[in-house]
Order: sequence, then C-alpha cells, then structure tokens
Amino acid sequence: MPAADPGLSPRLDGMPGRAPHRRWRQYKRHRWHFVFVAPMLVLFAAFTIWPIVAGWVYAFFDWDGYGPLTDFVGWGNFDEAFNSPEFWKSIRNTFAFTLGALAIQTPVALILALTLNNNRLTGRNVYRLLIFLPVVTTTTVVGVVFVVLLNEWAPGPINSAITGIGLADEPVGFLSQASTALPTIVMIDIWKDFGVVLVYWLAALQTIPRDVYESAAIDGAGRWQTLRRITLPMLAPIAAIILILVTVRSFNAFDIVWAMTQGGPNRATEILQTYIYRNAFASDLGIPRFGFASAAAIVFGVIAAIIAAVQAVVFRKIRGTKAEKAAGGAAT
Amino acid sequence: MTSPTVSTEPAAARPEDKVSGLPISPEVAAQRRRNRRRRGLRQIPTHLVLIPLCLLWIYPFVWMVSASFKGESPFEDTLRLIPKDFTFDNYARAWDVGNFGQYFVNSVIVTVGTVLIVIVVSSLAGYALGRGNMPWKKTIVGMLVATMFLPHGYSIIPVFLLITNLGLDNSLAGVILAQSGPAHVIAILLFMGYFAALPNELEEAALVDGAGHPRIYARIMLPLAKPVIGTVAIFNTIGAWNAFLIPLIFTLTRPDLRTLGVGIYSFFGEESNDWPALAAGAVITILPIVVVFLWLQRFFIEGIAGAVKN
Repeated sequence: MPAADPGLSPRLDGMPGRAPHRRWRQYKRHRWHFVFVAPMLVLFAAFTIWPIVAGWVYAFFDWDGYGPLTDFVGWGNFDEAFNSPEFWKSIRNTFAFTLGALAIQTPVALILALTLNNNRLTGRNVYRLLIFLPVVTTTTVVGVVFVVLLNEWAPGPINSAITGIGLADEPVGFLSQASTALPTIVMIDIWKDFGVVLVYWLAALQTIPRDVYESAAIDGAGRWQTLRRITLPMLAPIAAIILILVTVRSFNAFDIVWAMTQGGPNRATEILQTYIYRNAFASDLGIPRFGFASAAAIVFGVIAAIIAAVQAVVFRKIRGTKAEKAAGGAAT
Repeated sequence: MTSPTVSTEPAAARPEDKVSGLPISPEVAAQRRRNRRRRGLRQIPTHLVLIPLCLLWIYPFVWMVSASFKGESPFEDTLRLIPKDFTFDNYARAWDVGNFGQYFVNSVIVTVGTVLIVIVVSSLAGYALGRGNMPWKKTIVGMLVATMFLPHGYSIIPVFLLITNLGLDNSLAGVILAQSGPAHVIAILLFMGYFAALPNELEEAALVDGAGHPRIYARIMLPLAKPVIGTVAIFNTIGAWNAFLIPLIFTLTRPDLRTLGVGIYSFFGEESNDWPALAAGAVITILPIVVVFLWLQRFFIEGIAGAVKN
C-alpha cells in the first residue's frame, strides 16, 4: 500500500541503518491500529496489570488505604496470615467448593448430558433450558431465597417437607450449624452453576462425529461398550479443558457465601474471598486492613495460578499419551 | 455378496440405516412407525426421572413467585403454592418502600454503561489486532490470555483504591468503570477472530476509495460484526445485571446507588421480616434477566459451548 506512506520519507532518510527505518514505517502504517488498541491497553494497564503490581506493594505495608504507605512490615502480613487458623480454614473451605465442583457437579453433569444428548429424546431443549435457568439468575437472590427456604424456625418449606415426610423429627438448622452450613452452600453453588457444566459437556459430545457411533453400531457394540470405548475416550481432550474451567469457576464463590452466611456461623463458611473482603471492607475492628488483605489476596492468586498451571501441564501430558495411543490404534 | 434373504431383520431393526433416496416400501414404513412408538415407550423411564427432577430444580423460583403474590405470610402453610389471599401489594411495597424502583434504575444504568464500554473498547481492539499484522500483536494477545484465569477476588483492593483515587467512589460511574475496566479477554478474542476471517478485499477497496481506518471500522466492520456484538452484549448484560461484589463495595456509604443485586442483599439484612416484599423484590430483580435470557438463549448457550470448543 504505497499510497499510505507519502510524507514520511524525508525523516526516514536521516536515520541510520535499515532496521529502525523499517520499524518506523511499520509503526506509521499501523498508526490507526495503535490508536484502536489504546483504550483497551489503558484499561488493561489500569485494571489488570496495575492491581497485580500494586497488590504486591500493599502486601508489605500495614495500611488502611488512607495517606502514604509508610508502615513497612516486610513479610509481616504474610506471616500473620500463615499463622492464622482462620486463614487456613478459609483456604480449606475454598477447596470444598472446588471439590464439590469436580467430584459432584462435573460427573453428574456428564451423566445428564449423555442423557440429553440423545436427539430423539422428546423435550430435551425444555429440560436443558430449565436446568440452565439458575445460571442466569442473580446470585444474591438465589442466596436470600435459599435462606428463607431453609429457615428452621418458621419453618420454611424445605424443613416443613422434611419433617412432614418424616425424614427428621425436628427442623434441621442447615445454615446455623457449623457442620452443615458449608456442605449446604456448596450444594447450592453446584445447583446454581450446574447448567454451565452441562452445556460444556453437551458441546463436547457434539464434537464426536456421528459416523463413529454408526460404525460402532455396525460392529455390534452395545450401549455400555460404546460409552466406555468410544464416547469417554473421545471426550478426554475436551474434558481436560472443562476441568480447568470448572476449577477456576469454583474459586469465585463470593456472592453466594456473602449473601447467605457472610462466612458464618463462626467462620464455618469463610472462603478466601470473604476473608479478603472482611479484612479490607468489613473488618471487625472497623479499620480497613488493606495491606493484610492484599497479602491474603496474593496467596490466593498464587494458589490459583499454581493449580491452573499444574492442571494445564498434567492434562497436556494425558492428552499427549492419549493421542499417541489413538495413533497407534489407528495404525494396527 | 448379494444375499438379502440371509439377514434382513437386524438391518430393518436399526432405524439409523436409512436408505436415502430410495422409495420406502410399506412394510419398512410400518416397521419404522413401530420403532418410533417403541422408542416413545422406551423413553418413559427417562422422562419419569427428568420431569420430577426439573420441577424440583426450579422449585425455589416457583416458591419465590408464589410467595410474592401471597397476602398471608409465606410461612403460613408454607408448602402451599397457590396464594390464599392473592395480592399485588408486595410489589408496590418492594418498589416504593423497599427502594427497588431506585435499585432497578441503577441496575439499568450500570448494565447499559458497562455493555456499551465493553463493546466499543473490545471491538476497537479486536479490529486492530484482527486486521493487518500490527507490531506487538503477539505480545498483547499473549498478555491478555495470561491474565484470563486470575480470580476476581485477587484484584479487588487495588481496583477499589484506583477508583477512589479517581474520585469515582460512591458513584455509578465508578461501578461502571470497575465493571468494564478489566480486560474482557473473551470478547476481544471473539471480535479479533471474527474480523480476521473477513475477506481482505473489503478493507482494500475502502482504502483505495480514500476511507480511513476509523471510517472503515465504523461503517464496514462494526455493522458486519453484529453476531459477535450480540454475543458479547448478552454475556455482559447478564454479568453486569447480576454483579454483586463491585457494586457492593462502591455503594457501602450510598444506599441510593445500590443495584438490584446489592439491594436485595441489604433489604434482607435490614427488613428481614417483610418476607412477601422480599420475594417480590427477588422477582423484580431476576425477571428482566430471565426474560432477556429466554429471548436470546440460543446465543448465550452457544457462546458458552464455544468457550469449550475453542
């Protein structure tokens, strides 16, 4: 496009060497592209890069967010976090959500997806729509409604039903007992996001070509055999991605916990996000502890990054051996 | 190997083996009809599981809607779904006394503002990165993807302080900026992929005609990208409408700026005895987004499915 370049040669003539010359021309030719990415880059720098850097800086100070950073405490905030039983409890509880998502939500969603993937099943789109509905609803509404549903004193419908059919003699304090509060919220979280995982699996099942099933049927493979020998192995590569997505999602459970119990009773449902929020914005002392909360947030970020990286590496390996096996199988 | 007499039965029993193009004999047609009926019967156990499951699944919403129309306390005869004393009063109370009218307006402002900023910023960036090989392209895309898996809680404190220092705390503008500011990587990648796939001739012809890049973007590229705009708009509409953490921290001292998601939470904490109004507020909060979802669900579900496939 020579038409785009007139007018820049005089300045370029004075430049030594060819490389800067060419680079300058390239910049000049793409100047509008730079203008177009600029707003995104500014926001990206301010809201993604800056928080990563600033978080590390805040973490080394005892700071309430006002005035200059003067109170340098070194690794003090990290020390305090690692020595706090509440912090460890919140990490453990965060993983309860991950465990629920991976051990219950993902496999059950796969079973349902296998059922709904049958395109001769009448009403499959209606089923999918209904299962998906909680996903789009406001999480705080879901939380508040479930608190009412689970009410033990009035009692709410769930406890009425339980005592009505004789499952329990008296209403169960799902959210008021430390032992049941966390599992209850984890189950509600599983229910709320279940539709997303279902759609992941349905999309994964759609990637298996139909003629594979047809040839399996011709070879006389039964339903169970088809599932074990064809469907599941062929799902493996996408399953790896789904597991990563589900894991990352499970780290973001703030809304449901804060709306339902605010981490209570007695911090039994405290997760890292509510722990960070509490120290920064709702501290018991009434003074925001931005430095300490930043240190907790950094530990959180590092844990999440390590888990995502480990999963990515492990899954890539699994996928590699699977691909080799498949190639070997095809050769014989 | 032409021996149709040997095994016609297993072949006919398999409905997948369609002999397309050939006329179907009456026997085969009858066989298929029988198959279909048998299939219908075979599906019954599946439906027997799925129908109760789905009813139970959406029961919380059914109960909520029912409670919102009840004149009596929702705990009186709590399993009864048809209101004894049918009324709209709860809605009026939630809207005025409960301030859900105000919250509703705030939610609309935040959602529209967020969606507009995300679409403009992401489509501009997607156009620049998708068309022509600009320098630094790989570095920029690499950085975006690398930050994709960062948990939300991680950056909330610096973002809060940044908005505060900009003087935008306690304002809806602050909520909008904090909501739309962090890179919407998936939106950018969607636009980028879409623009990259458009034929070069479009852009070249426009350049020859003397149109500059801003004009090409506004007049040619953006109108062509309607499907991507739709997908990005739906995702961010649902995300911004349902947002909680960001509107919560920026409205801690300004109750009048609460969005619906924050409003229902505070209403629950402050007036936890007015259960029917709470239920009405809950319906007011989720009804608009459920309607949007039902209207555009195809794009939404396909968008999620696309995240896995790519």
